[in-house]
Amino acid sequence: MIRLFRRDVALAFRAGGGFGLALGFFLIVAVLVPFGVGHDTALLARIAPGVLWLGALLACLLSLDRLFALDREDGALDLLATAPIPLEGVVIAKAAAHWVVTGLPLVLAAPVLGVMLSLPWPAFPWLVASLALGTPALSFIGAFGAALIVGVKRGGLLLSLLVLPLYIPTLIFGAEVVHRGAAGQAVSTPLALLAAVSLGAVALLPFAAAAALRVNLR
Amino acid sequence: MNGELVIEDLACARGGVPVLAGVSLRLAPGRALVLRGPNGAGKTTLLRCIAGLAPPLAGRVEGPPVAYGGHADGMKAQLTVAENLRFWAALHGVADIAPALAAFGLERLADRPAGLLSAGQGRRLGLARLLVTGRPLWALDEPTVSLDTARVAQFADVLRAHLAGGGSAVIASHVELGVEADVLDVARFRAVAPVDDGGFA
Repeated sequence: MIRLFRRDVALAFRAGGGFGLALGFFLIVAVLVPFGVGHDTALLARIAPGVLWLGALLACLLSLDRLFALDREDGALDLLATAPIPLEGVVIAKAAAHWVVTGLPLVLAAPVLGVMLSLPWPAFPWLVASLALGTPALSFIGAFGAALIVGVKRGGLLLSLLVLPLYIPTLIFGAEVVHRGAAGQAVSTPLALLAAVSLGAVALLPFAAAAALRVNLR
Repeated sequence: MNGELVIEDLACARGGVPVLAGVSLRLAPGRALVLRGPNGAGKTTLLRCIAGLAPPLAGRVEGPPVAYGGHADGMKAQLTVAENLRFWAALHGVADIAPALAAFGLERLADRPAGLLSAGQGRRLGLARLLVTGRPLWALDEPTVSLDTARVAQFADVLRAHLAGGGSAVIASHVELGVEADVLDVARFRAVAPVDDGGFA
């Protein structure tokens, strides 16, 4: 499993692997928003949590359709399915690699973009904390979606339609943490709920994703 | 289990469509079985069923752990030959990839990205993967595609060594490998005769 995780991370860094794609997308979205809504600092500060979380969500989605599709196309998925690790392990390794390559850079870049969107200072630690706790859910929910569409050609759009509604709880709780952090209120409740969504996704969805892969391999 | 592949009254489907029914066979260690039959007869379906990729509709498949080799080799274009092979070796708990490289004459290509290999070289890499799985039963789908005559002979040598070492193999192939093997015509087990749907008669 660790081998597969390391292979996927290594692949992402090689040419055409897509590392930085999500990060670049995230940056551009956050840069475009001030252009779109104008330079009203108070307004920007108010919408910053939502914008940052939406940006992270969409950035995560970008590389998801490749998660299993590439391995399916080159036959590696068949071979992984017959390898001595369970398919659930394959899903965990690949989703974890997706998080390291996609989610983690977003977490690290978010404070910079917070400055750009004039996010209030007290919200910064909570922005990082909420993304760090919430993005694993995005990767694991996304892995489930990617497993469902693995046999579909050009399944990217279908994947978005499947996965985005499932991202709603993460988005609500994640943005709420940052909102409350900005207003100086207690954040523990949404933060706990956000962590619960992530833990639930990490614990349960590998089984669902593996089941979907098995059906698609037949 | 003594390493024998036992298939009893097996029915298997491809994408939900029943393809084969009533397949029964036994394959002892050290033996090879060549699957024949026209395109679409169900050779791939049977191999995927043996490999456990498709669950049987009926009947049972029992046997030693399978190394499956399909039409695609499952190698990553961005990784080198050695990196690809090392990954599959590690996944199967095998440490040394040198014998596998040597068996298919890939030593000089070890540091080349797999994406730059020719079709035949890529296939040799795919076949070398079989050796690093350390598994006794090979289920191979057209393993000699894009190999030249000399390389087919090389593959036959590797296969012979595998069989001599107590391994076994089920191979769908139209090419004469020159390896002593049983032959099974898959067309005999067609689940349903091809239906000519005449519309609303």
